[in-house]
Formats: sequence, structure tokens, C-alpha cells
Amino acid sequence: MNTIDLEKQFQDKIDREIRIEPRDWMPEKYRQTLIRQISQHAHSEIVGMLPEGNWITRAPSLRRKAILLAKVQDEGGHGLYLYSAAETLGITRDQMYEQLHSGKAKYSSIFNYPTLTWADMGAIGWLVDGAAIMNQVPLCRASYGPYARAMVRICKEESFHQRQGFELLLSLSKGNEAQRKMCQDAINRWWWPSIMMFGPTDDASPNSEQSMRWKIKRFSNDELRQKFVDMIAEQVKILGMTLPDPDLKWNEARGHYDFGAINWEEFWQVISGNGPCNKQRLDTRRKAWEDGAWVREAAAAHAAKKAARAQQHAA
Amino acid sequence: MYSPLIRYTLHLADNALIMGHRCSEWCGHGPVLEQDIALANLALDYVGTARNFYQYAAEMINAADPAQKATEDSLAYLRDAGDFYNNHIAELPNGDWAQTTLKEFFFSVYLQAVYRQLLNSADTQLAAIAEKALKEIDYHVRWSSEWVVRLGDGTEESKERLLKALDEVWLHTGELFASDDHDAQLIQENIAADLQLVYTHWRTTVEKVFEEATIAVPAPAKTAAWMGNGRKGIHTEHLGYILAEMQYLQRAYPGCEW
Ligand SMILES: [Fe+2]
Ligand SMILES: [Fe+2]
Ligand SMILES: [Fe+2]
Repeated sequence: MNTIDLEKQFQDKIDREIRIEPRDWMPEKYRQTLIRQISQHAHSEIVGMLPEGNWITRAPSLRRKAILLAKVQDEGGHGLYLYSAAETLGITRDQMYEQLHSGKAKYSSIFNYPTLTWADMGAIGWLVDGAAIMNQVPLCRASYGPYARAMVRICKEESFHQRQGFELLLSLSKGNEAQRKMCQDAINRWWWPSIMMFGPTDDASPNSEQSMRWKIKRFSNDELRQKFVDMIAEQVKILGMTLPDPDLKWNEARGHYDFGAINWEEFWQVISGNGPCNKQRLDTRRKAWEDGAWVREAAAAHAAKKAARAQQHAA
Repeated sequence: MYSPLIRYTLHLADNALIMGHRCSEWCGHGPVLEQDIALANLALDYVGTARNFYQYAAEMINAADPAQKATEDSLAYLRDAGDFYNNHIAELPNGDWAQTTLKEFFFSVYLQAVYRQLLNSADTQLAAIAEKALKEIDYHVRWSSEWVVRLGDGTEESKERLLKALDEVWLHTGELFASDDHDAQLIQENIAADLQLVYTHWRTTVEKVFEEATIAVPAPAKTAAWMGNGRKGIHTEHLGYILAEMQYLQRAYPGCEW
């Protein structure tokens, strides 16, 4: 079969909602798009462990400490599933790390913001995990099987994280003035970066159309962003807090909340490395990797010795 | 002053909490993603065990004096270093991967022996908590022994680092077996673990694992009164910093719900 027929057959499968599996033929660009997207997502999970890990040792109660530890551990697990899913496309985890450490691969820009107070643990769960779920629930139906299956497991845990984050903020909102102030301040700092998580507006998002045709993506960035704004604008009322957007207003005619202009200059600056913590996060990841080199070497050397001894025994 | 049983329960709780704190410091910085997750898991086990012991201690404290209104959090967050009864090894800094795994090996083997004895404690609450914790600590022992063997019998560098870690940590192992003034009474009542028996198990296990790791076991670490005794609230300088960090929010915003 020639490439044109293969591509036709491939698109036909996608259109009939038949999952693509690792051994199936796929266009090289489909493979590359998936590797880029899945590895970027995996990197986001492990870089995302850092801003939250920042507060584990300072969690204000043992219950909160246990919840936060479990959450950060979950994120590490998400990283694992996703690296494994990407590996089915013919790239190794070490190669993906290499791309992360060299700056070639991206991760979610949101993790380039600092976690300054305990309330940030709530705001991240509620807003950041919340936005992630919005993005990721449709990915549970992504055309590539291993990715879709990884997302099913991940989404279950993410929605748990979101509820816990909201519950943390709810406790603060019922607390004293200092706690309420902490709560509002965290919402103020995390709101805009969260709605930037949906990516550029549809007219400025060049890869989106092809991804929609391949059913890697099901909804546009702006559709998802609107859904998120509508949800959070309601939930923030329960907290008795506000979102830092004077233009946020219910629009009866549209049946949606209108919201103010996003600072895309900030978005592109942070993506291109000029966020408050870009350098710190990448340096930390690189350091963990470099400091761990001798450990990985020792484990490999020991495994080789053991295997050699076992063989000698057998011989 | 707390009763010997309350004090002993706090000692068990503090050991778990402080070691859990150290394990949690690795979160996001491990040498391999799987090991990062494993350490978070150990930390979670420890925090869970600490909570069980603290809740029991709080119950006993309040039963003796309802005005105390002790909770797991008041015990973890509002006591000063001199009122913590954990062993020194739990508060030592993590150092590199060799020091971390070696510390965890010595400590978890010690706890394994303690918890095993507590299964038969005349205090049924301690026995129940120990039973649950033992399942987890058995895994900690397996995990950390495997690392000690891998590093000892890995590369030249890993062996060198393990020996350096041993040099750092070994002198603190003696303190694990230094008893509190009330131990004799609690052992008599069949409540607490007998540290002499714990030591026998510990030494045997260490010898076995070190042999596999191709390293020699040093002579028993000497411990004397002037070296301090965590069981009596005399600690290393490290504990103060751990508590400063851990207790900061509770201290800065007293009386809040979180
Ligand atoms: Fe996640
Ligand atoms: Fe995620
Ligand atoms: Fe999450």
C-alpha cells in the first residue's frame, strides 16, 4: 500500500472512532505531535511537583500534610504513566528528560510561578488542577489508545485534587482575617495564569486544527477556557472571594460569563523563559538528574553483577 | 508531667513524624522518578503512623486532664524541641542518596523490631497501631536494604559514598538503644519494647545486609550521657530547624483551623 492509501485508511479509522495502537501504522507527524504533547504533559507533572513540594514540610496540620504528600506523589505517578505512554511511540524516558533539561521540550508555564503562601496549595488544587481537568477530560477519548487510557486514570485523581484544593480554601475562607486575606491573595495571583493554561486564543493557535482532525483534541482552547471561567465564577461565590477581573460579568445573551483581556505578553514571556521561576525550576530538575547520576550507575552496575553471577551459577 | 505510657507513645509518634519529615524533603528531587515516588510513600507511611500514635497520646492526655485539650496537631506543632522524644537518627540531615538510604535502613530495622515486640504489648492500642505500622515498615526495610546492597556492591563511587555515609551515621546508632528512665517499668508491665532484644535483631540484620553489600560492620557505637539522648529530650542541633520549619504556620497564626 502506498503512503497516500495508508493515510486515507488511518484518517478513516480516526473518523470512525477506532483507537490507534502502538503497532498500527500512523503518519510521522501524528507520532511527532503526540510525542511532543504527551512528553510536555509528563514534564508538567514532574515539574509541577516542585511548587507544591515547597510546602510539604510546612503544612499546618498533619491531615493537610498527608493530603499534600499524597497529591504530590500522585503527580509523580501521572508523570510515570505519561512517560510510559510516550515511550510506546518510540522515544525513551532519558531522551525526553534530555529534551526537558536542554530547554527543547516545554512544560506547563503555570509551574513557573512561585508558591508564596500556604493558600497557594489550595489555589493550585482548585484552579490549576481544575483547568488541567477541563483540558484533560476530552483527552480520555483521544485517538491514541495508550494516551487515552493514561488520561482516564489521571483524570480521576485530578478531580480529587481539585476538590481537596477547594476544601482547603474553604477552610481559609471561614478562618480569621489573616487567613481570608491569604486566600484572596492566592486567588488573585493564580487566576490569570490559570486561564492562560488553555493556551493562545483559537485564531493564534496554529497546531489546533490538525489535532482536531486527528481527534487528539476535541474542543478549541477558547471553548475550554470559557467552560472553566463559567465554572470558577460560580464556585468562587461559595468561598465568598472574588476573581481579580473587573470585567467578569454574566452575559445573559451568550449564556456565559464575559471576562477581561488576557495579558498575552505575559503568557509569551513566561513560555519563552522569562517567568519568575523558569530558571529555578529547570535548575532544580537538572540538579536532581545530575546528582542522581551516580545512583543510577550504581544500580545498573549492581544489576549487571547480579545477572553475571546468576549466569555463572547456571553454567 | 506525662505518665510513662504517654511519654512512650509520644516517643513512638515523634520518631515517625521526624523521619517522615526528612523523607518528605526528597519530594521532587530524587535520582529516578520511581524513587522519588517511593520516598514520598515512605513519608506518607510515617506521617500516618505518627498521627495514629499522636491521636492515642492525645486521648490519654485528655483523659487524665480534660483541660489540656490535646490533639494530634497540638502535640506535633506546639511542643518545643526539648519536649520531643524522637531518636537522633531521625533528625539527621538527608545528605546524599547513600546517607538517606543508610539512615532509613538503620532506622527501619530498629522500628521493625520495636513494632514486632509491640504486637504483644499489654497495651492493646499500642499493639493495634504497631500492627498496622509493621506492614509498612517491613517494606521500608526491604526497600532500604536493597539500596544498601546496591550501593555497597555497585560502583567504586557508590561504595565510597556508602562508607562515608556510614562514617556520618554510625555514631548515632548507639543512641537508638539508650533507654529512658521509665523503660524498665514499662517493660516490666509488658507495655514497651525491650531495647536489648531490639538490638539483637538489629545487629543481626545489619550484619546480614552489610555482608551482601560487601562492607564491614563497625564495632558497636558508644553512647554516653554526654552525647545526649533524644528519649530524654536532649537532641542534636538539627531538630530545632526541623521544628522551626514544620511549626511555622501554627506558631505564626495561633488558634486557627486549617
Ligand atoms: Fe497530575
Ligand atoms: Fe496534569
Ligand atoms: Fe493534580
